[in-house]
Amino acid sequence: MGSDNESTPLIQIRGLSFTRGSRVIFDGVDMDIQRGKVTAIMGPSGTGKTTLLRLIGGQLRPQRGTITVDGQTVHALSRKALYEMRKRMGMLFQSGALLTDMSVFENVAFPLREHTRLPESMIRHLVLMKLESVGLRGARDLMPSELSGGMARRVALARAIALDPMMIMYDEPFTGQDPISMGVLVSLIHTLNDALGLTSIIVSHDVQETASIADYIYVISEGKVVEHGTPEQLGQTRSEWVKQFMNGLPDGPVPFHYPAPEYLEDLLAGGAHA
Amino acid sequence: MLDRVQRLGRVGIAMLERVGRGHVFLGNTLLGTVSVMARLRLLLQQIYAVGVLSLLIIVVSGLFVGMVLGLQGYNTLVDFGAEESLGVMVALSLVRELGPVVTALLFAGRAGSALTAEIGLMKATEQLSGMEMMAVDPIRRIIAPRFWAGVISMPVLAAIFSAVGVLGGFFVGVGLLGVDDGAFWSQMQARVDLTDDILNGVIKSLVFGVVVTWIAVFEGYDAVPTSEGVSRATTRTVVHSALAVLGLDFILTALMFGDE
Amino acid sequence: MQSRVVEIWVGIFMVAGIAALFFLSMKVSNLNKFAVDEGYRVTATFENVGGLKVRAPVSVAGVRVGRVEAIDYDMTSYHAVVTLNIDRKYDKFPDDTSASIFTSGLLGEQYVSLEPGGSDQVLKEGSRITIVQDAVIMEQVIGQFLFNKAAE
Repeated sequence: MGSDNESTPLIQIRGLSFTRGSRVIFDGVDMDIQRGKVTAIMGPSGTGKTTLLRLIGGQLRPQRGTITVDGQTVHALSRKALYEMRKRMGMLFQSGALLTDMSVFENVAFPLREHTRLPESMIRHLVLMKLESVGLRGARDLMPSELSGGMARRVALARAIALDPMMIMYDEPFTGQDPISMGVLVSLIHTLNDALGLTSIIVSHDVQETASIADYIYVISEGKVVEHGTPEQLGQTRSEWVKQFMNGLPDGPVPFHYPAPEYLEDLLAGGAHA
Repeated sequence: MLDRVQRLGRVGIAMLERVGRGHVFLGNTLLGTVSVMARLRLLLQQIYAVGVLSLLIIVVSGLFVGMVLGLQGYNTLVDFGAEESLGVMVALSLVRELGPVVTALLFAGRAGSALTAEIGLMKATEQLSGMEMMAVDPIRRIIAPRFWAGVISMPVLAAIFSAVGVLGGFFVGVGLLGVDDGAFWSQMQARVDLTDDILNGVIKSLVFGVVVTWIAVFEGYDAVPTSEGVSRATTRTVVHSALAVLGLDFILTALMFGDE
Repeated sequence: MQSRVVEIWVGIFMVAGIAALFFLSMKVSNLNKFAVDEGYRVTATFENVGGLKVRAPVSVAGVRVGRVEAIDYDMTSYHAVVTLNIDRKYDKFPDDTSASIFTSGLLGEQYVSLEPGGSDQVLKEGSRITIVQDAVIMEQVIGQFLFNKAAE
């Protein structure tokens, strides 16, 4: 990795537009994901954050705009080149997406067995190392159905780093976790990012946890980037909406009340109508 | 009125889309066959899951169907004094028709629906997506071995069904009803032809194997990734497979046995 | 370990299937009877072949010696030309052997029965059987019967 590589962003998104059916999901989005940093993409549910990860991974193609990963335009790659690229990307799905008919060990070994010709003894070492780094070496013979949600995600994380990728994408990693497993995941994501020199992208709407480890945040709503900056910069935002979002305020630009007629009139009118 | 026509048109186009998707899917599956050859262990595991585990239902059904054929055949033939031809009747019914068709229907119900459910569930739990992101093509690793396992297993199961059925007919006809043992086999051997009857039966079961497995695997892959979607896909597999098998059976029978 | 069990079972499965196919071929079908080209062909011309079908048996004294290979129609003689395929090991049929079309049983299928003659020459590939007896047509028999009855 030369010095000028260090300064260019690992992922560059320019003018991304993507519609699904009649719904516009992204409308002219620009983003830079810097190497070695944890970048968070946050926004309300349903804004298409997972879709963004799919676009970066090449599972979906944008209607307009470009997505460049390490200098290569993702959606212009041939199938073979795309698969090569994906070996360098790790992805952690919301549910973990472990293969249910294999044990924890087999799951982590899967990418190694599929993509390398390493002997079994080496694979065993690698798998145990990866499991150790997420703290689950002792769970290696359990089946996915025997794991709690948090443990499943950690196994999936071990699997995602099995091939020592250059980046990892996390799809809503903190959703539905109890405080302890949340804390474990937060610390793991941070530690791995620094220890392995990874670039991490976290897609989430858990503001607290994500902001605590993010180096840079993009806030997306209604298909556009509303604001971006470091957590400190966003803490001092002048946008009311972003403030409401970041602080979890119940009322603000996103109103508490669903649009309805005047309260008093509504109550009184209840007698006249059936 | 116009609204109904519009809806009908939309449904029609959606169906056409689906058929097209299914064919592209089949093409991709066939292309992925080369990698199956390199991973025989996957194929063997699937033949076990799809073929070996269907053995019980096939053998039991074959036995009972053969026995019923023996009974009913005897009842009908005895009126013509032709009960010596029981062997012919049982053998031809099984080898030409019941073997391939009933096996295909049972296969669709047992193995086909299991395949659809398994693949649909993998889709719903994002395992297929996860595999893609790990740079493993799910069509090559999951779909193709299952497809070929089905295609290989069907003729094997159909042959076993027919053989067991003939034995069942033998037990009932000769053992219980007193048809002459020698006549049973000799008449059968005189009339059942290797190429015309048995080979055609094998060809039928191969065709059914391709169609049933294709439907099962595609429905799973194309299922809506929710629990309701998977259950509907499983039902569709059984229904569409049954219709396809019966329809193809008519066409194949007409082609093979039509101008006798 | 687990994959060994799988392999064994798949092996049993395939072997069972092949065995079933073998059983069907050997015991159920006519595999051990005639292969197609092991015989020599002779022809016989009939006025009426009745319900005779291709692949029907050709027998002598009740023993099957061959089968009907083809039934064609000759436009010039207005007769049916039946090609018989006779097993090579039965190569001493006199060339005045007669061929008749009989029905096996009351409702059974029709077959060709050969009755050897007394000539010194034998039937060879391409020979023609000249003495024939046509199939019995039920309607003609009934018509005959009624005719005779009426005459009484």
